[in-house]
Amino acid sequence: KEKKRSEGRGNRPRVDSLRPLSRRLRHLIYRFVRNTMNACARGRAVVSTNDRAQSGDQHAHTDQPVSLGTTIMAACYKDGVVLGADSRTSTGSYVANRVTDKLTKLSDHIYVCRSGSAADTQNLSAYVIWFLEQHSMELGKEPEVLTAAKLLAKLAYENKSALQAGLIVAGWDEHRGGQVYSIPLGGTMVETKFAIGGSGSAYITGLVDATFREGMTEDECRAWVQRSVTHAMSRDASSGGCVRTVAISAHGVRRDFLEGDKLPL
Amino acid sequence: EVISVKPVDAEKKRTLSPYVTGNSVLAIKYKGGVLMACDMLGAYGSTKRYKNVQRVFKVNETTIVGASGEISDFQYISNLLEELTTQDFCYDDGCTLTPKEIHAYLCRVLYNRRNKMDPLWNSLVVAGVDPLRGESFIGSVGMLGTSYTDSHVATSFGNYLSRPLFREFQRDDMSLEEAVSLMQEALRVLFYRDKTSINKYILAKVEKEEGVAISK
Repeated sequence: KEKKRSEGRGNRPRVDSLRPLSRRLRHLIYRFVRNTMNACARGRAVVSTNDRAQSGDQHAHTDQPVSLGTTIMAACYKDGVVLGADSRTSTGSYVANRVTDKLTKLSDHIYVCRSGSAADTQNLSAYVIWFLEQHSMELGKEPEVLTAAKLLAKLAYENKSALQAGLIVAGWDEHRGGQVYSIPLGGTMVETKFAIGGSGSAYITGLVDATFREGMTEDECRAWVQRSVTHAMSRDASSGGCVRTVAISAHGVRRDFLEGDKLPL
Repeated sequence: EVISVKPVDAEKKRTLSPYVTGNSVLAIKYKGGVLMACDMLGAYGSTKRYKNVQRVFKVNETTIVGASGEISDFQYISNLLEELTTQDFCYDDGCTLTPKEIHAYLCRVLYNRRNKMDPLWNSLVVAGVDPLRGESFIGSVGMLGTSYTDSHVATSFGNYLSRPLFREFQRDDMSLEEAVSLMQEALRVLFYRDKTSINKYILAKVEKEEGVAISK
């Protein structure tokens, strides 16, 4: 029950003056205000806005799921995993942040790629970082990637009507080595060898299916991730900026940053 | 006349739309037990997104449950069933839950969620062999709580495409080979005619003596 969204939001008092408004409108304003406040106050990027707040439609449900403005991916290589993401966050047509970091550290060897609503994914990550820290203290060693993935999946599932978050959890642990878990909208958790997400992923599904190889080296895998994200960025308006990658293995974690003008295209 | 439901906490309790879905699950009885088949696709709308999804869950040595519909809801149901099995194990009384009991349990779970206007978006197939009496059992539960038992069951598209085949060719005293080939025929038709399907599937069988065997 701690995980219910209403208790996570501490900003209610500030918007109380709007109480006379209809409940739904009030709620929409909360979300919009909280979203932008999150972005400003935390000094972090808005991955993508809640377009719902502006369109006035909580869940524009058609047969097709809602696409999320970014490109993220993760893949297993021989000794671990490589995560990659673009760095653009858009508010409608405006690029709110062109150097976003969408690869968030949950634990020393576990990272998550975030796509969807910034507020939702940031808060989900914050919860899981907290849980994992406590858990690792009790456990006496590093938490497992599956633990992090299951925690995120549980949060995403229990609050599915309120969240818009597509996540890819990837990391390395002693028990199972490098793992990639995909958690799309709805809270399903699927383990895969590689995963792509966000709106830009639609453009590179074919490319990635055709060029992925199992058992790549770290450099090959990182180059592959960078190339794929670049391809997505070249065709998806919601993805752009630079390509950030994180390589995780038993040896450690290595962050890389590929500037926009040095992309392989 | 319009019946309107008051949106109590509309955000937290509302009918969902499915996101990642599985398509048909098929099950038939044969001479030694029951056979269940489904493909391994998790579709995201029209996109064939996840091609390695297990949609059959082994509850215990006597029962398997297959699901079509929202995969996250199925993962939740698998958790519930695992809790049931663990509790059963802890009782340590030599009795295991029979497929009929699990079917009844799932009926209640799904019907109650439907009553709260917050359904688990699944069509489930429960199949197994009663350990004491050796009778095969196949039952189906839908997201509205509708349930029935029969010698052959199919969900989703399989209802339209596979059940006619089963009606024609399935007999309770089929051999395993006949059952497998009938199942493969049904799966082939589904692959031809269902747009979100792939040619990678799982066959699971439950037999009285040997318990559950699941193979790709």
